Amino acid sequence: MDETRRPLSFWVLAAIFTLFVVFLYGPTLTIFVLSFQGPEGGLTFPLRGLSTHWFETLWRGTGVIDIWASFRRSAWLGLVVMVLTTVISLLAGYAFRRRFPGQDLLFNLTIASLIVPSIVVSLGIALEFRLIDDAVKAYAEAHELAWLAEGYNSAMGLFTSGLGAHLTWTLPFGLLIMFAVFNRFPGELEEAARDLGASPWQVFRHVVLPLVAPSLVGVALFGFTLSWDEIARSSQALGDLNTLPLELQGLTSTVTTPEIYALGTVTTGVSVAVIGLSFLGVAIARRRAAAKLLG
Amino acid sequence: MTQRRDWAPLLQAAPLALVLLLFFVFPLVATAVVSLWNYTEYSLVPDVTSRNYAEMFEGCGNLSDGLCTTFRTYISTLRLCGLVWLCTLVLGFTVSYFLAFHVRSDTVRMALFLVCTAPFLTSNVIRMISWLPLLGREGLVNQALVGSGVVDAPQDWLLFSDFSVVLAFVHLYTLFVVVPVFNSMMRIDRRLLEAAQDAGASGWQTLWHVVVPLTKPGLVIGSIFVIVLVMGDFVTIGVMGGQQIASIGKIIQVQMSYLQFPAAAAQAVVLLGLVLLVIAAMTKLIDIRREL
Repeated sequence: MDETRRPLSFWVLAAIFTLFVVFLYGPTLTIFVLSFQGPEGGLTFPLRGLSTHWFETLWRGTGVIDIWASFRRSAWLGLVVMVLTTVISLLAGYAFRRRFPGQDLLFNLTIASLIVPSIVVSLGIALEFRLIDDAVKAYAEAHELAWLAEGYNSAMGLFTSGLGAHLTWTLPFGLLIMFAVFNRFPGELEEAARDLGASPWQVFRHVVLPLVAPSLVGVALFGFTLSWDEIARSSQALGDLNTLPLELQGLTSTVTTPEIYALGTVTTGVSVAVIGLSFLGVAIARRRAAAKLLG
Repeated sequence: MTQRRDWAPLLQAAPLALVLLLFFVFPLVATAVVSLWNYTEYSLVPDVTSRNYAEMFEGCGNLSDGLCTTFRTYISTLRLCGLVWLCTLVLGFTVSYFLAFHVRSDTVRMALFLVCTAPFLTSNVIRMISWLPLLGREGLVNQALVGSGVVDAPQDWLLFSDFSVVLAFVHLYTLFVVVPVFNSMMRIDRRLLEAAQDAGASGWQTLWHVVVPLTKPGLVIGSIFVIVLVMGDFVTIGVMGGQQIASIGKIIQVQMSYLQFPAAAAQAVVLLGLVLLVIAAMTKLIDIRREL
């Protein structure tokens, strides 16, 4: 092969690749620009002046949208999902390195949870919780528990059914990442630690954990961002209070001002900030792991 | 290793198993059971009936009056699915091929790969909304078309149409093909390509007889993702189709909003059955676990 001159196919493919990247990012950049539309401007170009008017309207909650309640709900849910996804995936990934009964079943279930259509999962969770509600109400009536019959509304909620719905989506990604990590994991280091008399916990804490820490940041990143943007599985499974993406979806057909672009920019900004922080986290974790191994 | 039974892996896997049992297995069982229940305007009636399935396929036996709603919806969803599948597969393969075989520096390759996959971590709805200022009647594309004299009047088929739905799907889901296909391509032994060349194969022959077969696992995994995501979709079809285009997911969502839970459950069971058939046919071709 000629190493210096690129073949024609390279230039054709490079052009296609460039167009693909423009296709991926172009539209998002458009609404980023349009979110700085002047107060008189509309949903499309031309820009009528540049301003932060629509961000201010959004911030004060004086426009069509009062979004901050759902913004906070989504952020809290995302954080909880992130922590649970990281811990549960790490534990399960560690377990899968040895044989245990039901291993194949659990693996297949996890994959199934990823590829069963989200609307089906969401509907199922909604039905499950409705059945629970019906059962509780029937129980309260049968035993004449007035406090329960009157006080009980629904078991459905952000941190019950909603949390569960998000975990069915984030955990498969978490487990797959852990699989990829442990498949490339240097087993000799653990053996060496064991030979030196380390207990299973010490091996985990002082050898495994520092080595997989950078990947855990990746799992956490997936946990938060997938939850932060989740719609399909949440759609039926949240009860009365919506998350931010669901509110946004509802707004697409009603809002007629660039405020929605401002909201889009803010939401994407959160995702980008989280991605940036994760890269920083990975870099720090790598450096510490390297320092630990050398020192 | 000690001989006594080791409980550690079981305990470590327990949280995952518990979450999946509570929020995946039980819900699916509940769906299957409720799909056989009867219902009234305000409550579920637990008895066994085939009413929901019968109503779903009502009139479907009689083809002389044209297709029934259910069949029409399935066919229209399958058609969209096929189009999206074709586009994402070709585009995803091309992009991965460029990354895997034409980029020489590993650092550049990883950087470009991240550029392709990062949008996965941002909101789908916002990525859909961002097409509105481009494709609308007053949008950039129409301004450009009219301005350059290609067309006389703004085109309406650009937005809230099959076109915009397919475009948005391709925009959202191509990276579900890029990731597994790229992964498969990076495992191909480069010497095989040289061997093919040395044996006199042309570029296309190498591509078709060496690269494509070895990339099959990635293509299958990507296809499963795209097909499942499109078949069950109601968000993208809703937003990009202006809530005008029918889909299976949309039917389920509407029935849920009218509290017709058993009817929605029956739809979900049929959809799930169809999707599982597709997946079963595809996974016959590969072993997923060896791909990680």
